[in-house]
Amino acid sequence: MAVETLGSPTKVKVSPWNDPVIRGWVFQIVVVGLVGLLAYFLVSNTVENLQRQKIASGFHYLEREAGFEIGDTMIAYSPASTYARAILVGMLNTLKVAVLGIIMATILGTLIGVGRLSPNWLLAKICEGYVEMFRNVPLLLWLFLIYKLISEAFPGPRQAINVLNSFFLSNRGLYFPVPLADPIHQWMGVALLIGIVAIFFVKRWAKKRQDATGQPFPTILAGVGLVLGLPIVVWLLGGAPHHMSWPELKGFNFEGGTVIQPEFTALLVGLVLYTSAFVAEIVRSGILALNKGQTEAASALGLSRAHVMRLVLLPQALRIIVPPMTSQYLNITKNSSLAIAIGYPDLVASVNVTINQTGQAIENILIIMAAYLSVSLSISAFMNWYNKRIALRER
Amino acid sequence: MTKIALAAAIGLATMLASGSALAGKDLDAIKARGAVICGVPTGIAGFAVADSQGKWVGLDVDVCRAVSAAIFGESDKVKYVPLTSQQRFTALQSGEVDLLSNNTTITLQRDTALGLDFTAITYYDGQGFMVNKKLGVKSAKELNGATVCVAPGTTTELNLADYFRANKMSFKPVVIEKVEEIRAAFFSGRCDVYTTDVSSLAATRAANVPPPATPEDFVVLPEIISKEPLGPMVRHGDNQFADIVRWAQYAMMEAEEYGITSKNVDEMLKSENPTIKRILGVTPGMGKALGVDEKWVYNIVKQVGNYGESYDKHVGPNSLLKIDRGVNKLWTQGGLQYAPPIR
Repeated sequence: MAVETLGSPTKVKVSPWNDPVIRGWVFQIVVVGLVGLLAYFLVSNTVENLQRQKIASGFHYLEREAGFEIGDTMIAYSPASTYARAILVGMLNTLKVAVLGIIMATILGTLIGVGRLSPNWLLAKICEGYVEMFRNVPLLLWLFLIYKLISEAFPGPRQAINVLNSFFLSNRGLYFPVPLADPIHQWMGVALLIGIVAIFFVKRWAKKRQDATGQPFPTILAGVGLVLGLPIVVWLLGGAPHHMSWPELKGFNFEGGTVIQPEFTALLVGLVLYTSAFVAEIVRSGILALNKGQTEAASALGLSRAHVMRLVLLPQALRIIVPPMTSQYLNITKNSSLAIAIGYPDLVASVNVTINQTGQAIENILIIMAAYLSVSLSISAFMNWYNKRIALRER
Repeated sequence: MTKIALAAAIGLATMLASGSALAGKDLDAIKARGAVICGVPTGIAGFAVADSQGKWVGLDVDVCRAVSAAIFGESDKVKYVPLTSQQRFTALQSGEVDLLSNNTTITLQRDTALGLDFTAITYYDGQGFMVNKKLGVKSAKELNGATVCVAPGTTTELNLADYFRANKMSFKPVVIEKVEEIRAAFFSGRCDVYTTDVSSLAATRAANVPPPATPEDFVVLPEIISKEPLGPMVRHGDNQFADIVRWAQYAMMEAEEYGITSKNVDEMLKSENPTIKRILGVTPGMGKALGVDEKWVYNIVKQVGNYGESYDKHVGPNSLLKIDRGVNKLWTQGGLQYAPPIR
């Protein structure tokens, strides 16, 4: 039969059982049905079990008073706040450490990765040692080590290391003065945003001018000027308010100023050191993957080493670097949940306490999962967008 | 991440457990397994701690051993699962352990919304504060602005916030899950104050002060800011097992009240006192009513001891802790420990 039909364009009658289209549909419906049934079984069984054991369920507890204190908060919080707010405080703490961690790990990792390729033997070896040391020991151990170093090595608050009577370093953290709240700060923030937007336009203009006239423009210098300068101008126009809140030893601890707590420092430093080792390898592999001719051609044009790296190699390497980098950014975000081991009040810590006080594990685990999922998906979406933007456009 | 993974796994286990929590089901499972799985603290001297041979000892452990002696006639058919304050309820709810003897405070919320039941009170405790003597603090009322080390997910954490709110004081919490890490943070000076139940403070002070510091460098402040009745918990659903746990605890107190000790229990078998005869199963009936061997109390007292013996050995005069018996004396001696009659 098969031989007869070969090469003939006419449709052949096959039994529905052998029709690949019908078969495909049947299998897909069966699989979806099975998954649906499993989900239904899990959910209904859980609800039934919870009801039989008389374990409370539902999300009403979020409105109740939390009753516990949190040591490090970015928004106003007290034990009289709700569980929902306690979880939000934890979420913001997670975001804070993740965002700072991502920025710092990228910068440090890129420096180390480029350093490993340096013709300077000593620098290359130091960078290699760094990578091997941090990537081959579990992050949890680094966190414990750094936390122990901070809490054991630094003196108590009454013997704090005093720098210029304004910076105080102790096992309670680093206390330093901050400006007292003033309405001008909001306008300075607006000026900062305007500065950032302005950089974008200056860069476009500079590129156009360079394309037209060949004259380079110091974009970086201008950018720094814009970002720093605009807020300073606004501050001066606002009468330069300079009242500060100074940290002062009162009773057990410092009051006034602001503090970077040891738990936060340990977590951030641990995450950055650990992840930057991976970032360094990604950056190095991205650069090494480029054809050697790129370097040689760029050098032949008379570009300096720094220019070769910045203008020729890194832009091309980025295409290779960005996709694996996304995974590292997700890792930082998820690894930040190790905070619980050293007592930084992150999302997991807040939710864990809530689980214990309310006993509603399933609802709370769902909240944690939803929170991490949305953060991770946002990071992926952004990185995918960026990846598309820098991808090689074939014309 | 491991925490999430564990909690998720337990959640999944709850989902998959097709469980019908019929009466007697937990007890049947225990008998079939040949061992009671007992959730204990990860290490509180005097209450539950693994000794140099890796054997679990302490007041909490003796409850597990008494239950094992009542069910199996031998006190060592227990598997111990050390649980942190955060893991313990989920572990019991999901069936990972049969019995929680974990220095757990009885509260209304825990008795109801968690789907768990308390049996009897093993130890009347209260929350206190420990500070370094160098701070010169004499009263908890002087603690305004202090940094306080506390375990997460405990009544301690809530009482602490309540106490400072009530006294219009502020504090900064340092919240770490593992009790060893909290102690390390306190002793390294990260916190000014360590707060937990007074018994645990005494245990920490007696057994965990890192040299060169000595127990005398630390002082427990006089204020007791809460009631902390500690007792074991079981799941809802198996009332017979709950009864055995409850009466195993009462049996130890009854034995003390009637002067039955691990040393004299064999002679007591010959006693003419009808109450003692009933307790020790010489006059049968009690064991049958509870669904265990008639010699259940004999086995408990012979192998574990009565409540007083257990107290003296683990937290009282014969231990490092040397905690005064105080309110934990029998009611006949002016304390609160009062067991309903075995009859």
